[in-house]
Amino acid sequence: MRPVIPYVTAALLFGLGVYGVLRRRNAVLVLMGVELMLNAVNLILITADTTARALLPHSGQVFALFVIVLAAAEIGVGLAIVLQLYRMRASVAVDEVPLEEKR
Amino acid sequence: MTGVDALLLALGAVAVGSAVLVVATKHLVRAGLYLVVCLGAVAGMYLVLTAELVAWVQVLIYVGAVVVLLLFAVMLTRAPIGASDDLDRPAWPAVLIGGGVGLGLAALLVDAYRWTKVELPDAGTAERIGEQVFASWVLPFEVLSILLLSALVGAIVLSRPDIGRSPAKRAAVDRSGNGGGGR
Repeated sequence: MRPVIPYVTAALLFGLGVYGVLRRRNAVLVLMGVELMLNAVNLILITADTTARALLPHSGQVFALFVIVLAAAEIGVGLAIVLQLYRMRASVAVDEVPLEEKR
Repeated sequence: MTGVDALLLALGAVAVGSAVLVVATKHLVRAGLYLVVCLGAVAGMYLVLTAELVAWVQVLIYVGAVVVLLLFAVMLTRAPIGASDDLDRPAWPAVLIGGGVGLGLAALLVDAYRWTKVELPDAGTAERIGEQVFASWVLPFEVLSILLLSALVGAIVLSRPDIGRSPAKRAAVDRSGNGGGGR
């Protein structure tokens, strides 16, 4: 197994996730970009588990499981915020969110 | 180039290709469906990399739960069915930073690993991963369960503005002039 193949795949996925977060205006699509980045991190962890012989076996896979749990919690709270934003402003465009409150 | 490498290359190409479509498509719903393809290909890479349990957890939680939640959000925010033209912001900062991060990391990892070869370790079956989780990683596991519970409560409180804020209290906060998002 050549570890460079999954590593490069993960790096490209992370770059695409960053691109999606910065490029998209729709908050749901921004969250999809975040999911791509989290998946890239998981792929790095799984690949590192096969290349690095850690003191504890399968540490990388355990970390990947933990990251998946964190991603599930993140998407739940994130979508609650997005839906609340839609309820308040009838729009989910992230660059229309005012950073300071109008009086 | 062995069979494992060819499989990883093919799945990686599918994952990167569908990720490009996720960040480039003009259809909101299609972005979610391309995300399914991308996450499925990554789950296939986990299987090839001997992470059996993580692969199936990925299919269950990501493809089964996260993408369904995202599609629910697409529907609840009344996204248009067809192509929409107002999904994107100017491209050059995103291209600059995203491309820089992706290609920089790729160059770093290529430089670190070259074309070396490693042997695949024992498969990460549910038994082995379970032993590790409940022997060496019990404390993070329990902390994670508390985090999941608080995320659950937080999501419920966020999506129900009537919790914890009565109309009289809100009026009082508005009168005193320091009202705001604080809860």
